[in-house]
Amino acid sequence: MNNQRRTVLKSGSGAALLGVLAAAGIITPGMALADWNKAAFDAKSMADTLKALGVSGTTDSKDVQVTGPDIAENGAVVPVGVASTLPNISMVAILIEKNPNALAASFVLPEGTEANVQTRVKMGQTSNIYALVKSDGKFFMATKEIKVTLGGCGG
Amino acid sequence: MGNPMKIRAANKDGVTEVKVLVSHEMETGQRKDSAGAIVPAWFITELVAKHGDKVVLTSEFGPSVSKNPYLAFKFKGGAKGEKVTVSWKDNKGDSRTDEAAIN
Repeated sequence: MNNQRRTVLKSGSGAALLGVLAAAGIITPGMALADWNKAAFDAKSMADTLKALGVSGTTDSKDVQVTGPDIAENGAVVPVGVASTLPNISMVAILIEKNPNALAASFVLPEGTEANVQTRVKMGQTSNIYALVKSDGKFFMATKEIKVTLGGCGG
Repeated sequence: MGNPMKIRAANKDGVTEVKVLVSHEMETGQRKDSAGAIVPAWFITELVAKHGDKVVLTSEFGPSVSKNPYLAFKFKGGAKGEKVTVSWKDNKGDSRTDEAAIN
């Protein structure tokens, strides 16, 4: 089985989904400082989450890096990080496609704060993790698949 | 009020790296207890970090951030001895603020 190819296929379908979302043009910006974005955190699918975050059209970018283990033995504590070299990044979000609610955390970065955050998240099952970054008013994404070992064997 | 956060802030070459370890259950609201009743969601929703009076990071968390959340980030500036303050708020209205000096 060619794992690389499978990953590409998956991320390909994700991008198509985003395209549809952008084309629909029913997106309103909703990120307000110090006001928890309930709609975004309650959203179940990736598409609904992005809509609630006010994201209109994303581009896959090599300049956004998602870091994390290839295989997580314990889905309750999965270290993930997002870093990017893109200019003027004002927002970073971490989304986990197959969790009950896709959005795990979002960060607003004022000027002077580097686009480099690390945290730990829970994952219910093997899933793609998406890093969403807002640079110069445009949205960029990157993805990484993390496999979660559910059994306790650590295999 | 929760237990104190562990905050480390270190300046290197003009960039301050902040690492925060918060003590919080981060209950998702999906889990059931031994009697089969759903354990209500209880998690941090907002966390704000400041350097002096300047906000350096605003974050919003969902319940899928791990128990006892860890967060690391970097900002430009900051000098030894200056204060970094971190505050969080959870969905039950609880909150806590702790501060640490930059090393």
